[in-house]
Amino acid sequence: MRTIHSDAIVSAVAEICQEAAFRLPADVRRALEEARGTEKSPLGLSILGQITENADLAERERVPMCQDTGVAVYFVELGNEVRIEGLGLAEALAEGTRQGYTEGYLRMSIVKDPLFERVNTKTNGPPVVHVELVPGDRLRITLAPKGGGSENMSAMAMLKPLVGKEGVAEFVVETVRRAGGNACPPIIVGLGLGGNFERAPYLAKKALLRKLGSVHPDPRYAAFERELLERVNATGVGPQGLGGRTTALAVHIEAAPCHIASLPVAVNLNCHAARHASVEL
Amino acid sequence: MKKITLPLSPEDARTLQAGDEVLLTGTLYTARDAAHKRICELLAAGSPLPFELEGATLYFVGPTPAQPGRPVGSAGPTTSTRMDAFSPTLIAHGLRGMVGKGDRSPAVVEAMKAHGCVYFAATGGAGALIARCIKSSELVAWEDLGTEAVRRMEVEDFPVVVAIDCEGNNLYHTGPAAWARESERRGGGRMKPLGVAGRTPGQGG
Ligand code: SF4
Repeated sequence: MRTIHSDAIVSAVAEICQEAAFRLPADVRRALEEARGTEKSPLGLSILGQITENADLAERERVPMCQDTGVAVYFVELGNEVRIEGLGLAEALAEGTRQGYTEGYLRMSIVKDPLFERVNTKTNGPPVVHVELVPGDRLRITLAPKGGGSENMSAMAMLKPLVGKEGVAEFVVETVRRAGGNACPPIIVGLGLGGNFERAPYLAKKALLRKLGSVHPDPRYAAFERELLERVNATGVGPQGLGGRTTALAVHIEAAPCHIASLPVAVNLNCHAARHASVEL
Repeated sequence: MKKITLPLSPEDARTLQAGDEVLLTGTLYTARDAAHKRICELLAAGSPLPFELEGATLYFVGPTPAQPGRPVGSAGPTTSTRMDAFSPTLIAHGLRGMVGKGDRSPAVVEAMKAHGCVYFAATGGAGALIARCIKSSELVAWEDLGTEAVRRMEVEDFPVVVAIDCEGNNLYHTGPAAWARESERRGGGRMKPLGVAGRTPGQGG
């Protein structure tokens, strides 16, 4: 057993909250640069130029690249030989979030209750936490802050298995088209397939964490991702939904076994401000 | 790139066309849905507003807190659809410009056409870049709304695109349609949808 004190979690989390807000991951930055090479819409090019300039400016001056610094979503890999001392894991993540968002001058965007008390909690908490138990004595925390614009345009459906690949593709393309400029394209499309009603959206969100430019390990899904990317970009939605070749930078799929009667499909859209940061303790 | 001074004159509003890239300089007022709701309540009650709506341009934004020594934090546009229920009323009361992101409802576009109002799209997610164009930001009303309070902002060369002009031309429709045709000519998205029966419609949000 390895003991980790919650203080270490709190300060590490406070740190990655700020890193994520200020610094666009290198793979996303590279993909945006590549898009500038293929985009042909003059307005689209001008928007892509603003987006990359914005990312550089945010990193250099340590200001949030987007004012919507999002819901703090944590993916935690907790080694089964780790014991946490002090605060519980959820409390430590919440406290780290509060500190990070306060110290970094990030926007607190969480209200206390969805219906009856839409009052800002002023802590940007509680965060959304997904914990996976893994072998070993490490604790790995990944933060993927998620803005409202792209999250609101995400969608989920329980399709009939017989619609197969084509039915899934239609649902993805339709979701992207309907999102238009609201999701701040160029977007990254996270597609969760299978599992059940609550697992598919989790898979979709997890798919957004994969490095841009990486290839799906299953060649069938790798080919499907390429096909979907082509079809999504054929919509012409383009940068900021104003027309162009670059609607999405990538389509990432996470698939899981599912019930004989089901084909759960979840499409989680992420904007070009595809922020994430990790720390290992 | 056109340079436009705010407040927007009725002539400027009429000459701007969907697709024009514009640099805005002058005064903007910030408001999101919570502030829109309060403005509409005041208008309904016939009470005075905390700022002059006639000729004004609203920026749909909820900035991050300003770091020390800066006038404002990161300040990119928010999704405009949340303002759709209120915008026609504001436009009827003299609102001449709106800055946000994403398409608007047919009712908003109709009001824009009837009263000569322009909708500009700012680049969503370019909050740091846009903040550089904001020279000052001062609280006007409703501090209790926090980031959603109404603020007066002085901006300089704020880059935006005319997304919907006051004739109702809408770049959110014409832009993607044109580029979808371009893609088709290139043979993009070769595999056409087949029209699959039995699809459950997805629920957004
Ligand atoms: S969708 Fe993303 S880039 Fe756009 S405003 Fe929201 S967080 Fe920012």
